[in-house]
Amino acid sequence: MAESMHDTMVEREIDRRKMQVSEEVAIQITDMNKWFGMFHVLRDIDLTVQKGERIVICGPSGSGKSTLIRCINRLEEHQTGQIVVEGTELTSDLKNIDKIRSEVGMCFQHFNLFPHLTILENCTLAPIWVRKIPKREAEETAMHFLEKVKIPEQAEKYPGQLSGGQQQRVAIARSLCMRPRIMLFDEPTSALDPEMIKEVLDTMIELAEEGMTMLCVTHEMGFARQVANRVIFMDDGQIVEQNEPEEFFNNPKSERTKLFLSQILGH
Amino acid sequence: MSDASFVRTEMLSEQDPPPTSVGVIGWLRANLFSNWWNAILTVLCLAVIWYVLSGLLGWTLRSVWNAGSLNECREIMIATWGSTHGHACWGVIGDRWLQLLFGFYPPELYYRPILALLLLFVALAPVLFADKVSPRLLYVTAAYPFLMPWLMWGGSIWMPIGVAAGFVLAYLVGRKLDGSVPGLVLGILSAIIWWMLWLGFPIQAEVFNTGLGEILGAGLGKSLATISPDIAPFWLETVISRNFGGFMLSVLIGVVAIGCSLPLGILLALGRQSNMLIVKAICVGFIEFIRGVPLITLLFVASTLLNIFLPPGTNFDIILRVMIMVTLFAAAYMAEVIRGGLAGLPTGQYEGADSLGLNYWQAQRLIIMPQALKISIPGIVSTFIGIFKDTTLVSIIALLDPLGLSNSIRADTDWNGIYWELFAFIALMFFIACFGMSRYSMYLERKLKTEND
Ligand SMILES: Nc1ncnc2c1ncn2[C@@H]1O[C@H](COP(=O)(O)OP(=O)(O)OP(=O)(O)O)[C@@H](O)[C@H]1O
Ligand SMILES: [Mg+2]
Repeated sequence: MAESMHDTMVEREIDRRKMQVSEEVAIQITDMNKWFGMFHVLRDIDLTVQKGERIVICGPSGSGKSTLIRCINRLEEHQTGQIVVEGTELTSDLKNIDKIRSEVGMCFQHFNLFPHLTILENCTLAPIWVRKIPKREAEETAMHFLEKVKIPEQAEKYPGQLSGGQQQRVAIARSLCMRPRIMLFDEPTSALDPEMIKEVLDTMIELAEEGMTMLCVTHEMGFARQVANRVIFMDDGQIVEQNEPEEFFNNPKSERTKLFLSQILGH
Repeated sequence: MSDASFVRTEMLSEQDPPPTSVGVIGWLRANLFSNWWNAILTVLCLAVIWYVLSGLLGWTLRSVWNAGSLNECREIMIATWGSTHGHACWGVIGDRWLQLLFGFYPPELYYRPILALLLLFVALAPVLFADKVSPRLLYVTAAYPFLMPWLMWGGSIWMPIGVAAGFVLAYLVGRKLDGSVPGLVLGILSAIIWWMLWLGFPIQAEVFNTGLGEILGAGLGKSLATISPDIAPFWLETVISRNFGGFMLSVLIGVVAIGCSLPLGILLALGRQSNMLIVKAICVGFIEFIRGVPLITLLFVASTLLNIFLPPGTNFDIILRVMIMVTLFAAAYMAEVIRGGLAGLPTGQYEGADSLGLNYWQAQRLIIMPQALKISIPGIVSTFIGIFKDTTLVSIIALLDPLGLSNSIRADTDWNGIYWELFAFIALMFFIACFGMSRYSMYLERKLKTEND
């Protein structure tokens, strides 16, 4: 399946000139460790993400990928080490946490849309209540982003009335309405059917082309090859290997990486 | 041509279904007489229903309406049907229905509880039928908790205004401090200080014998209420709690308990989920304690024991005490019902709200509670209905709710010995109220269901 994804995306011309990486640091993780009770999920994570970078994180199930990106917006709390996002360090200070969360957008595997609100309300809620933007302006922004993800006509519907792919695109639009500087994706396509995967990936590629800083946990290797400028392989709660996509896929160094790649690309 | 091929040459026209499967006969066959066993059951059930109804309807309809006492009733029955057996004496309702509705509330002031009831419907409309009623009515809803006690007990308008001002103050202080926990605490504290200043502190005994002053304390509101009906505008004649009674009392206690137990229950449910250890312990302790104690016990505590703990000479209105107890009781159950609703929400909803940067209270108010409450509607309404019916227990501590009144009506020699008619009337009134709530909850469930998915 990963192969077929690759094929569909080759048709698309990707504008790499715009996808410039700047020298500024967006996320700086140093010596970070996390435990769930006695279980050491993340071990000595060191990671620097530049503005405009597009990073794909892959690895076997249970390796701590979700936990890592959830630490970046404090959905999980780390115990030791340091995480600095856009110049603000994540501590237990609630003000900092809310500030960082409003700068960092996140898309989940199961979308997590609010089922009791319409699509439009889903998109305007946070801008109105967190950013204190007037309702009309928030609605205009929301429609702008819904057009961008190509579903403006669904604005008045409820999430339950949309297909999975549409819901995930709404989720992306909802995050974008907060005008985040960084987007985190946690397996955004793994709950979707193949034809829906394409529509969501297309949206993500567009985002990348606009220079959004992205961290993406995914097994869509076609996407990684085309869009990422760095692929990180995690296993047992540590970063085992990271490299540019060409090198990473064609010439993996670690045995674990080779095994993993042969498993997901091999058949 | 092989056997498998077939071509229709003539199309069939549409025909009516056989008469045994449609209409009344079809329905009867399908539902009541589908086989022998079913038919026997149907006939048996009809016989039982007939037996019960014929007795009941005969008793209800072949009855005496105009009589001033039970003896008069019996005489009329003997004169008309030759026996007193199997005939209701509705004369007692005709004689005492105002009392059953209002207790000993002064008849010339009946318009006040009636107005309070009508205003209750106005205040509820924007909450219950948010999509059909102008949201501007919400101002009535906001004013109602302060207006209603004033209408019921009378006194000076400055009393409820002072109390309302305390809430506004708490809100403003809380908002200045951005809804954080210290802001919340400071807001509540400032309101309490304000109330103490407004109502007078320390609370003294002799001073309260009128209106709302009697309920809440003394002080500025009190002095305005007693000294100067002419100076203070909007002064209503006071009615003391001892005169409250009847269905009015049940509705009063029920409405206050229902109205206050929902927000309190929400806070308790949230407290129980909190990761602040002390808050959690207090909430769990409170809920488990209240749920482990019968309401009657709490009412006895309210009516007698509380006096031991309060400073001597304090006059703390009995109806207010009962309201507080019933509210606390209802809140504990409400908290558990809402906790069930909270447990039914996927964690993804919390994460979705968090990831957008909503703070705790925003997430609760905008995302979590609307969904959790929707899941819990049946449980919430059951609790409401249960609480409303439980208000009849106050007759045990000598408050004159309809059941208490039925005793005092029977104590009158005119109506000594009358039971069923009174109970039937009381039951009917409660049934109407409870059935209304139950239907509303079904309406709401249906509406929310079609709306969202
Ligand atoms: N809340 C939690 N409490 C305890 N253990 C947890 C919790 N969340 C995750 N874990 C454990 O931490 C490990 C890493 O989980 P994580 O979800 O980060 O893995 P993942 O790499 O995202 O896997 P997948 O590809 O299946 O999503 C797993 O072994 C998991 O069982
Ligand atoms: Mg995961």
